[in-house]
Amino acid sequence: MIPRPLTPSPKREGEYTTLNLGPTHPATHGIFQNVLTLDGEKIIDAEQTIGYIHRAFEKIAERRPYYQITPLTDRLNYCSSPINNIGWHMTVEKLLGVKTSKRIDYLRIILMELARITDHLVCNSVIGVDSGALTGFIYVFQEREKVYEIYEEVSGARLTTNMGRIGGFERDISPIAIRKIREFIDHLPKVLKEFEKLLMRNRIFMDRTIGVGPISGERALNYGFTGPNLRAAGVDYDVRVMNPYSSYDDFDFTIPVGTQGDVYDRFCVRQEEIWQSLKLIRNAMENLPAGDFHVSVPQFYLPPKEEVYSKMEALIWHFKIVMGEIEVPVGEVYHSVEGGNGELGFYLVSDGGRTPYRLHFRRPGFIYYQAYPEMIRGGVLSDAILTMSSMNVIAGELDA
Amino acid sequence: MIENRFITDQLQQRFTHDILGYETSLDMLTITVTSPVIHEVIAFLKENKNLAFTFLTDLCGIHYPDRGLPLGVVYHLHNLQENKRIRVKTYVTAGNPNVQTMTDLFETANWMERETYDFYGIIFDGHPNLKRILNVDYMDYFPLRKEYPLEDQTREDKNDKFFGR
Repeated sequence: MIPRPLTPSPKREGEYTTLNLGPTHPATHGIFQNVLTLDGEKIIDAEQTIGYIHRAFEKIAERRPYYQITPLTDRLNYCSSPINNIGWHMTVEKLLGVKTSKRIDYLRIILMELARITDHLVCNSVIGVDSGALTGFIYVFQEREKVYEIYEEVSGARLTTNMGRIGGFERDISPIAIRKIREFIDHLPKVLKEFEKLLMRNRIFMDRTIGVGPISGERALNYGFTGPNLRAAGVDYDVRVMNPYSSYDDFDFTIPVGTQGDVYDRFCVRQEEIWQSLKLIRNAMENLPAGDFHVSVPQFYLPPKEEVYSKMEALIWHFKIVMGEIEVPVGEVYHSVEGGNGELGFYLVSDGGRTPYRLHFRRPGFIYYQAYPEMIRGGVLSDAILTMSSMNVIAGELDA
Repeated sequence: MIENRFITDQLQQRFTHDILGYETSLDMLTITVTSPVIHEVIAFLKENKNLAFTFLTDLCGIHYPDRGLPLGVVYHLHNLQENKRIRVKTYVTAGNPNVQTMTDLFETANWMERETYDFYGIIFDGHPNLKRILNVDYMDYFPLRKEYPLEDQTREDKNDKFFGR
């Protein structure tokens, strides 16, 4: 391992270089600005400027009925949209007191774990890119493409999926989608093994990542870290286990943890989580019960179009949903799901109106990105780039 | 598992009249406290060995324009050992929207409080760097307050009778 200087040399203020890394920089994978104070190549201090793609989702949500908020959640962490969509549906279901059937839960687990796999694949392969290995990135993007084809089959869209509805899904999962999922989970292990062979025990990759951008478990908790970044620091907190939602407690899976909280540990934790997700998908596919793909929530779930044209009851509900003449319980609820990069929380306050009175997204990326200066201080510039890509900061989620 | 009753008893003993109310909503215990003691309450919840709410999950603002104390701050705390979540709320006036900062207890409160300031104009006393975070620096209003409707209410080309709030 290359020894890195950790203490700044005693220079005067004016002798440091200021470097604007961003807002648009090819190495940051999104619109992030970092103003770095450098001594040669060593980072003395950093300050982030965020908000370049702020779209005021929390304000927009205050004027939108519940079912129209799903597309907004797509655009938070756009590398794993289905988790955001389904997380939002479950928040509303919690407010309404709707219990979903096992079939819906298992279908949701399959789709959320597929989203987690793509999220981790993107993040880990980008760590490879930033340390000079482009091949792995191109290789696993082929697999991500297959997941996007599954999304297409399930929801009709690829990136901004708008998947599912309050109370279940808009249509049953098609046999083509089932076939594609099976093909994907059968093929991915081979690719993953090759990808791991390329990087995991690669001397150059290990030298570049071990001991880079570390954070202790205690600091990580104080900074509000969640997800793989926290687990890489050695804290085994996972929402799927702590507050099981969508019947995650029916399944047996392992939560990998790291020890150092550095780039390499984050890489390894994500890599192992992909294997665990594959196992979860396989189990859920095997045990997928038969049944309906949605539960009865007529106030929120639009009736099938052919019934709207032929049945009075369906027409009335359709009219009520679209015109907003529905009863929403008064109350407030916080629901969180394990997103691709941490605990994605929805704090929803309802005053009984058609739209939320207040909706706050707890975006994991926004919360842990503030630790970035502390993590890169004392390191060199090229390590700062690696640290950022290993934290998996997604601009859409950061800025909401 | 910590019982809600235990938490409320502990808080009642320590902060008698500053606790304005307890409520068990759909998901978790909600405690409303007066704004001068909010820092003490959160510190007590964090540092008391039997409570140990050491993880600040979320911090956000809320605005009820019709109330006497219109601006609120909502804290979500989590005891990771016992897996218990609670919600703490405090309200301040619009004229004097000052709340003590939690940055000395939780590093993570830094950006959360900046975001709350940015959108609601709540001033966190003692915050090391209280400036706007997502909106532009020269903005002179706090956009998530209810007096700023999302669309221009003077528009006449669109009848919003049915779709408006």
